[in-house]
Formats: sequence, structure tokens, C-alpha cells
Amino acid sequence: MAHLNRDQLVELAKSEITEITADQLKARLDRGEDLTVIDIRERDEFVQGHVPDATFVPRGHLELQVEQYQSDRDEPVVLYCAGGVRSALAARNLKEMGYRNPISLIGGFNGWKDAGMEFKVPVVLNDEQQIRYSRHTMLSEIGEAGQIRLLESSVLLIGAGGLGSPAAMYLAAAGVGKLGIIDFDTVDVSNLQRQLLHGQKDVGRPKIDSARDRIQDINPDVEVVGYNVPLKSFNAMEIISEYDLVINGSDNFPTRYLVNDACHLLDKPLVDGSIFMFEGQVTVYDGTGPCYRCLYPDPPPPGEVPSCAEAGVMGVLPGIVGSMQALEAIKLLVGFGEPLSGRLLMIDTADMTVRTLRVDAALDCPLCGGRPTVTELIDYEEFCGLPSLADYPEAVPEPA
Amino acid sequence: MTTVYIPTPLRRLTAGASKLEVEGSSVGELIQAVDAQHPGVAAKILDADGEVKRFINVFRNDDEIRSLEGLDTPVGERDRISIVPAMAGGAATA
Repeated sequence: MAHLNRDQLVELAKSEITEITADQLKARLDRGEDLTVIDIRERDEFVQGHVPDATFVPRGHLELQVEQYQSDRDEPVVLYCAGGVRSALAARNLKEMGYRNPISLIGGFNGWKDAGMEFKVPVVLNDEQQIRYSRHTMLSEIGEAGQIRLLESSVLLIGAGGLGSPAAMYLAAAGVGKLGIIDFDTVDVSNLQRQLLHGQKDVGRPKIDSARDRIQDINPDVEVVGYNVPLKSFNAMEIISEYDLVINGSDNFPTRYLVNDACHLLDKPLVDGSIFMFEGQVTVYDGTGPCYRCLYPDPPPPGEVPSCAEAGVMGVLPGIVGSMQALEAIKLLVGFGEPLSGRLLMIDTADMTVRTLRVDAALDCPLCGGRPTVTELIDYEEFCGLPSLADYPEAVPEPA
Repeated sequence: MTTVYIPTPLRRLTAGASKLEVEGSSVGELIQAVDAQHPGVAAKILDADGEVKRFINVFRNDDEIRSLEGLDTPVGERDRISIVPAMAGGAATA
């Protein structure tokens, strides 16, 4: 086999592939051509700026990963590096893999930038975040892009109790950038059997304060916004509109209908969970399936369904259900897997059976059906047959 | 015999049993068969008109019976019936 020096190898590569200029690439992209453009530089180069819509696959991983981004070997693949040498060599390797039209950008990213073309500076994980979230980013379903989406996401937790505790802690650990927590309760000793956000030292404190301390200890990346107010019709829309997704851990029917209606009206996905004694339910209402009112058109009359305060609850159960809610939220925020939309997961921890039941949208649903009659928030206490609690201050209190 | 899963709130009426094996050819018959063994169960599931209460869903296997034939939905030996009431969790007031 002939020995080639560096220049001869580059010449050989260039003779076997196609090269295009920055102007030509720009023109093809502007025409709307669906081109796979891959930035093969090292990470420290990529983070300084890249061609818009380029995929980052460092040279060392290119042959191993290129099929994830373009599996059709008849389609062109444009590679670029800093100056057009590494990409020419890499393109030749793609040819060897059977790609019929690998293209190298003449002059690379420097040429693109010098030609005055638009480029993008990516949001990337810093060094500490790369370590903190490494077990996530190595999952191809999440990767660095998915982790960044989590960091840029916001979730509102209704309640910092049994369900809200594990949900908040896992979402914080997962790096969801902003967690809103609405709860106007204080920590009671009887909460500590299951509400892991709070500890012995927190008894008597507002739950949002102990929740904030615990979350910031888990992950300082997370911004915590506490609302030490009851969630009611007068403030629900304003608070919920600030978030990408809502986790419902509320402990009463009026709030469940209120949150369902507000999320539907604001087009926010809602991850619903509820528990009773040894049994839990989890589902997702995201507009692609039913809403809470489809499943439960009317609330039970007061007193018909006993509460956990009356009947008790296995302390581990909200740990399981709230963790499932956190997982569903992460799936929805990142965009992978199959969310529990249109499916109701039932878990009975006494005999440890799990059933996933199919639930459909109700065509005559007063909220999400064809002819809605609920088009704004109502008095939910009254709807649930309870004394109306309309007497709350008009303004949304400042986040505590 | 068909399996009927009893939700936690109704287990006070079934001596704690989480599932029962009963005879019947429709969902409605199964509910009455459970009620014959454990009086009071049907009244918890059905309203005064004999319809399933609107805060309860009844499933034959994975499907809600409103999307099938309601209480007339036929059942076979290997079917599982789930009764799923709305649950709210904690507070004593609601």
C-alpha cells in the first residue's frame, strides 16, 4: 500500500467527494432543501458558534452516529469543520460507508462566518452540569439537547404534600429549571409519615419554605417560586399561565376540577395523580385524550368518598405515584416515550397489581367536547356541593 | 366466573376483599351478584336510576363500559371488571 503524506491524503479525499462553498450551501438551505448538515468539530469549537440547524457530531463519533441523523445513503450529507480539511477526510469515510453524496464545506465554519453568514451560539451544559446530568445525557432519548430543554422548562406543582414531595424532588434532581409550588399549609407532624420534602425541624413552617430549602439543597440550578395561597378561580389562570406543565397533587375535588379546567383553557399539559389508602391513579391530560371531566363528569357528593385524613394512606404510596408523575412530566417536557394520555394507570399496592385502562374523551364533555358549556372558570366549591369560598383577596399575592 | 376488582373505598363492604369471583353474563349482572354477596355495593356504584354514578368508571378489561354497551356489556369467564371511582386524596373537608 502506498504511503501518503498528510497533503496527499487530503488531496485524495477531496478528489473523491464533493466540495461546496458557503454561498452554495446557503443558497441550498435558503431554497428549503432538507439537507443534513453535521458539525464535526470538537465541543469547545462548536460552543463558540455553528451553522444554524447543524447537528453536532464530533469527528471521533461521526461514523458511529451518522446513521442516527441520516440513514438514507442516497441523500446528501454536508460536513463541516473549522477550515475544510477534517471534513474532507471525514466525508471520504462516509463514502466508504456507502453514502453516495458526502459533501465537505470549503473553508469550514470559518469560511461560513467570514462570508458574513448567520450563525448560532448554542446553549450548552457547563462543566458542572455535564457531570451532574451525565446519567441523563447518555440516554439517547434525552441527550444534551433534552437536558437543556429540562433546564429551560418550568413545572407548577399543585400541593407540596404526599404527591408533590417526590414529584418536586425528582424534577429538581432532573434539572427542571423552574419549579412553582402552590400550597398554603404549614408542616404538621402527621405529614412526615409520607411528605419527604419536610422534616422534623420544619414542623410549623410554611410548606413552601421547607420545600424551597429541600429543593435548593438537591439542585441549586432550580429556581423555586412559592405561592403561599390557596389556588382559586381568581388566581389559577394567572399562576398556571407562567408554567409549561402542571403536576396535580391536590387533596380535594374542587381543586381537581379547577386545575383541569384552567389547564385545558390554557392548553397546558396536566399530569394527574391521586391516592387513597393503598391505591393510586395516574394519568395525563394533554389535549390528545380525555380530560378529568371526561372521566368524572360530576364530583362525588360531599362525604360519599372518604378522604385519606379519615381513612388513612400508606406512606410509601404517594412516593410511587408522585414519582410516576415526575417521570411523565419529564417525558412530556423532553418529548420521548409514550405518555399516559388516554390511559389511566391504577396501582393497588396491597396486592401489588398494576392495570393500565384505556380512557376516551367524552364527545359531550362540557369542557373539551364539541359543544363546550364550561368556557371560563367557575365556583368549584359550589360545583362540588360545598359552601362557596368566594371571599379571597382579589389580587394574586406576590410569590413568597 | 368473572373477576371483579373492588376499589379500596368499597372494600369496607366486601370484608376487605380486593377482588371477587362472581357469575353473570353482563356487567350489570356482575354488580348485582357482588351485591348479593356483599349488600350495599350496588348502591355505591349505581345511582337511583340504576346507572353508573358519574364519578365512577367501570371497565371491562381495558375499556370503559360507556364506550361498549354500558351495564349491558357482555362478559365472559376470562374478563376482568374494574370499578374506578374518583379519588382526591388528603383533605378531610372535601
